[in-house]
Amino acid sequence: MGLGVAELRQAAWYPVASSDDLPFRHVYHGQLLGQELAIWRADDGYVNIWENRCLHRGVRLSIGINDGAELKCQYHGWRYANRTAGCTYIPAHPADAPARRITNRTYPVKERFGLVWAALSADAPEMDVAEAGFALRPMPVNALPEMVLSALVARGEAVTQLPPLGAALVLAGAPGRATYFVQPVDSARAVIRGVLDAEPDVDTLMAFNAVLARLRDAVEAEARAIELPDPIVPRYEPVSVELATMPDRVIGRQATVRVMVRRRWQAALDVTGIELAPLSGHLPTFQPGAHIDLHLPNGLVRQYSITNGPGDLTGYTIAVKREAGSRGGSAAIAETLREGDVLAVSEPRNNFPLRRDAVRTTFIAGGIGLTPLLSMARALQRQGLAFDFHAFARSAEHLPLGPELEALGDRVSRHFGLGPPETAEAIRQVLGAHSFARHVYICGPGPMLELARGIASELGWPDEAVHYEYFKNTHEIDTSSSFTVELARSALSLTVPAGRSILEVMRENGIEAPSSCEQGACGTCLTRVLEGEIDHQDVYLNGTEKAAGNVMMTCVSRAKSARLVLDI
Amino acid sequence: MGLKKSGGTSEMGHSKTLAPALRDLWHVIAASQEVPMGGRRVTTLFDTGLTVSRNERLRVARNDDGTLLPVIERYGCIWTSFGSPSADLFPILEYGESDRRNIIAGSIGVNVSAPRAIENFLDMGHFPYVHTDILGAEPHTEVKEYDVEISFERDEILATRCRFFQPKAALTATEGQDVDYIYRVPHPYCSVLYKSCPTDESRLDVIAIFCQPMTEETIRAHLMLSMIDADNTDAGIRRFQQTIFGQDRPILENQYPKRLPLDPRAETPIRADKSAIAYRRWLSQKGVNYGVIPQQLS
Repeated sequence: MGLGVAELRQAAWYPVASSDDLPFRHVYHGQLLGQELAIWRADDGYVNIWENRCLHRGVRLSIGINDGAELKCQYHGWRYANRTAGCTYIPAHPADAPARRITNRTYPVKERFGLVWAALSADAPEMDVAEAGFALRPMPVNALPEMVLSALVARGEAVTQLPPLGAALVLAGAPGRATYFVQPVDSARAVIRGVLDAEPDVDTLMAFNAVLARLRDAVEAEARAIELPDPIVPRYEPVSVELATMPDRVIGRQATVRVMVRRRWQAALDVTGIELAPLSGHLPTFQPGAHIDLHLPNGLVRQYSITNGPGDLTGYTIAVKREAGSRGGSAAIAETLREGDVLAVSEPRNNFPLRRDAVRTTFIAGGIGLTPLLSMARALQRQGLAFDFHAFARSAEHLPLGPELEALGDRVSRHFGLGPPETAEAIRQVLGAHSFARHVYICGPGPMLELARGIASELGWPDEAVHYEYFKNTHEIDTSSSFTVELARSALSLTVPAGRSILEVMRENGIEAPSSCEQGACGTCLTRVLEGEIDHQDVYLNGTEKAAGNVMMTCVSRAKSARLVLDI
Repeated sequence: MGLKKSGGTSEMGHSKTLAPALRDLWHVIAASQEVPMGGRRVTTLFDTGLTVSRNERLRVARNDDGTLLPVIERYGCIWTSFGSPSADLFPILEYGESDRRNIIAGSIGVNVSAPRAIENFLDMGHFPYVHTDILGAEPHTEVKEYDVEISFERDEILATRCRFFQPKAALTATEGQDVDYIYRVPHPYCSVLYKSCPTDESRLDVIAIFCQPMTEETIRAHLMLSMIDADNTDAGIRRFQQTIFGQDRPILENQYPKRLPLDPRAETPIRADKSAIAYRRWLSQKGVNYGVIPQQLS
């Protein structure tokens, strides 16, 4: 009889829900050809159709929580982003950014005339139907989908077939012509989804419903007389080898994502706001605190924090401060970048992860340093977690992204025009004595960061509760030493001469290692050290981490001993 | 793809042959209190209908051909085997201590495979989400590093140094604290948990789950407690444990596939799942073939 499951899978788009099935913050449990679906609408209107299974332990996502921007699994609270289904947070390990790209299976989605459509195959042909229409109440039928279509056609006049499982016709007894699509739920389960050209009156709707109910009864009686096929065995695709085995992919400073400058505006005095849009579809998943490498037309590469809130993947918003002594990065952006320019960026990388297991989180932002903290605060606000945000700037005109900050409401305190002693006093007030499960995140100019870290330490805050990110490493890098580096896993021994970094020497010898800022600020080239004494020159690791001596930044740090053994 | 699901209480062996590692083990089939003197109870183990009766002695018989099966009674439960089992079950030494309260807190049917239920029993990460304000609470969600070993001489998994933050660990506690746990998996379908005892710091309360695999995808879970607790009534202790299990049940029944996949690429483990990773590997090594989706060797 007719098409097999494999052909139906390949063939086309099928309706899987009515638009009405997706009210505010709901997750709808759908099914298509034996495959269960979790269907939900984000607050931005986007409809997500995902495999109904959390990748962690297989729990149905249809029992999860739609918070408007992300879907949260009921079992362990894993969060998956609107649009990409990328995992943004794993609560069991609050200090880690999900380093590997954990992404749920998504299906192509369309919304047309009151119905939500899915395709199981990425190469389903474009859907050729009108935009307008009114969806009838769906009619579930326990019978083979093809039996249901045959019954519709047999009872219809003026039939136009719409393969694979649709037909426009006038059904005997119905008050007019309609288009009927049969949703193949499973091998012996279907839903008739009828569409009218325009919204009818209630009597007409009831008449259609009565005709379809009679048709259902007749088809189900037929189906009871035959032997029904077994339900379709759902396919659970294996996760990638990368996820199952956990090695870090070796990536250098790669620009794999093409973006277009959609909007550019004055975000404060000397600060340019830039929204980078994907050329098609949406952008890769990011976590709060993440940055991208922006590859500029003049060949320079610069890092900028993503300021977006959760689930917002239609464009990354960054803010760029024009530096007085610009070496060409911020100047190039301020002077030459125009709306419509196409640029390359790296995938987002997160070396400044946000813990969400704090009783209260404090953010201390100095000037342009508020960019990563804004993204973090938006995530906490969405989750309803407690935080306070302190923005320091020379004046209101110097405060970047003022309107975006406004949306965080009364949790934001603004501190303008303070000199160093007043700033110190304000930070002292904001921090107070450390108490259980409090965390502070600091980002801003180097001197302010040093000041805030010092005060936190005086007030008894432990290193693990104080999180910070420097924009850049302003320390003079001493490259005078020379030493040997052994790469334990690659079985290579390299000599690092004065004037060259470990990272450069590894690259010259064919070892691909990830990196981003290459000045010891961003944390991307973090490498485990198995033996030897490290000469730390970065601003990424905190005192405790440096003293432990088991990790280093290969872009600037060197060896005090004659030999280092790295876990590469 | 996949085996056709074995249905109902058909005879075992038609759809698959039980691995020796399972055939020669003792399996729980009822709580002792379910079969009082003079009583009988019909139940299912590995798709096979059995009748348990207690008159002058305790008997277990297959329903299809009347064959009598071996039987022992341990830890408040009745156990049988389809093969040649060892003389005794795995030890739970605390059970014999005279001042302990030993209680069967419930025998509860769940539409899930036995290994999925065991894995859930070993899992701490779900405490704030599933047992909110009892065993954990947001935002305190961290699963701290712990140790797992597979003991070859005892043939069991041991997870130690497990700690989890509880907002109110005991009735007397005014602020939250870490609670210590030790987990054992001495049997493919049984697990034993040791937890710091609120009334006596030097001793541990014991909570065990014994899963009775009725079919590959349905179990009865028998919950056994061995507590140092002079304050609460049996009914109170049972109610607490049933509340906890009642919170787990809808999660377990919404897990797909229902059988536990042993292929490392089937799901995405994290460090917090170390004990589950060890458990899956241990089941694979034993050749356990019931309630699991074996790893496909390519």
